[in-house]
Amino acid sequence: MTELDYSQILSREVQNIKPSGIRRFFDIAAEMDHVISLGVGEPNFKTPWAIRKAGMDSLERGRTWYTGNAGLAELKEEICVYLKRRFNLTYQSKDEVLVTVGGSEAIDIMIRSLVNPGDEVLIPEPCFVAYAPIASLSGAVPVPIETRAEDQFRLTAKALKEKLTSKTKLLIFPFPNNPTGAVMRREHLEEIAAVLRDTNVMVLSDEIYAELTYGGQRHVSIAELPGMWQRTVVVNGFSKAYAMTGWRLGYAAGPAPVIQQMLKVHQFAIMCAPTTSQYAAIVALRDCDEEIAYMVSEYDTRRRMIVDGLNHLGLTCFEPQGAFYVFPSIQKTGLSSEDFCQRLLYSQHVAVVPGTAFGSCGEGFVRISYAYSLEHILEALKRIERFLESL
Amino acid sequence: MDKLLTLLEKNARLKNSQLAAILDMTEAQVAAAIEQYEQAGVLRGYQALVDWDKTDRPYVCAQIELKVSPKRDLGFDEIAHTIMTFDEVESCYLMSGGFDLALTVSGKDFKDIALFVSQRLATLDSVIATSTHFVLKKYKEKGTLISDEEIDMREATLL
Repeated sequence: MTELDYSQILSREVQNIKPSGIRRFFDIAAEMDHVISLGVGEPNFKTPWAIRKAGMDSLERGRTWYTGNAGLAELKEEICVYLKRRFNLTYQSKDEVLVTVGGSEAIDIMIRSLVNPGDEVLIPEPCFVAYAPIASLSGAVPVPIETRAEDQFRLTAKALKEKLTSKTKLLIFPFPNNPTGAVMRREHLEEIAAVLRDTNVMVLSDEIYAELTYGGQRHVSIAELPGMWQRTVVVNGFSKAYAMTGWRLGYAAGPAPVIQQMLKVHQFAIMCAPTTSQYAAIVALRDCDEEIAYMVSEYDTRRRMIVDGLNHLGLTCFEPQGAFYVFPSIQKTGLSSEDFCQRLLYSQHVAVVPGTAFGSCGEGFVRISYAYSLEHILEALKRIERFLESL
Repeated sequence: MDKLLTLLEKNARLKNSQLAAILDMTEAQVAAAIEQYEQAGVLRGYQALVDWDKTDRPYVCAQIELKVSPKRDLGFDEIAHTIMTFDEVESCYLMSGGFDLALTVSGKDFKDIALFVSQRLATLDSVIATSTHFVLKKYKEKGTLISDEEIDMREATLL
């Protein structure tokens, strides 16, 4: 009988994907007592009751079949109404919207639908961890673009131009940003659009945190800028805005020729997004603006608290204007991001994520989530203070 | 300015410096606003939420519904004023519906409360009827969960 050598059997591309270095780190945290985590990337709120009720109602009525591949017609229409109402974006529900299993699936199938082997995918870093592995799996070459604290972690036209080549197929555009909390205002978007309008480069605008912006200015989508609609696919979802992470529901909106190719990948890989979640999401879009406002105001309270607290401790952070993360510099401690997080965990039982998890330019920073209660955050700040004093 | 009140209502131990950071005000402005609210009687006090069941102190509390006959010109105010002066009474509300006053009364044991009801309350002229309900377990008080800490079920995902 042949002894199997799995390393010879498994896909080289998949084997080349680096396992998350922090998984190990959080496994340690999970085994320790009295750990205070500021690590997770999901809301601490429960899904608003009206949305949960709508999910239950759909189950009671026995609506447990597949939906159309692209999603419930009613949900797609609501998505178009919502995108117009909240972000001034215009899409036709029939062929320009696709309901997906979380924003994650939309990211996956958009990249897969666009790239040919060897194409370059530009990825501003630090950023969400999924883009580069998916690009690699699709045979594309992920090309990181560093964003910097002194630019408030915005993507600049200059940095973008430096990485554009004839092979560039796609720009990942992840704002409001995880992990930095950076946002791109209209004037910054205009700069980027000016570079892209003369190219064939498409944009994957990951707007999953679009509802979570602070300081009175709402998120502006790059798709809203002149000449950008036709080269942008907007990815959004229900996880962050409506505290619906476990429902696994997102969507992509973009030009029909792109969405229709994405639909093919989606229908063969997934069939359709979860039906119960889709019924619940209709109510979310229709009736839950107030719930969003409440959650945003709570996040804002914590954001201000934690930014002030960290700056007082000498861990300088620029004021994040979106998402629910702060990204303070830990350079004054002289520790690497990984060391800082490990020592903080062992000595004070506080878990935060090293900036390097989000790209090598995250060295010297850590990501701290404020999707936690104020009391929890205050306790964590106290412990971080004790940790810094012990150094 | 409402936000200052809602913050204090949830956690009165936030320092002025922390409130200032949250509200984008100076510490002096926060202090002045709090003083103003205190003087205007908007902020009526700052109390700790104690779970006496976790301590040695014997503690029982009951909710008492009272039917009373209102007095001409004074309505329910006179009897309410009499009742609210008793130390045993933690809260006293005028209610709509089937009865008139709702009290929360506490003591060290059931007998304490029984005596209070029979000797102090029921004997008052205007009191027509009382109905006493002992609290068996507190699940939530003032927006705070009492019986169990809610466990954070979120996995430590990194995304």
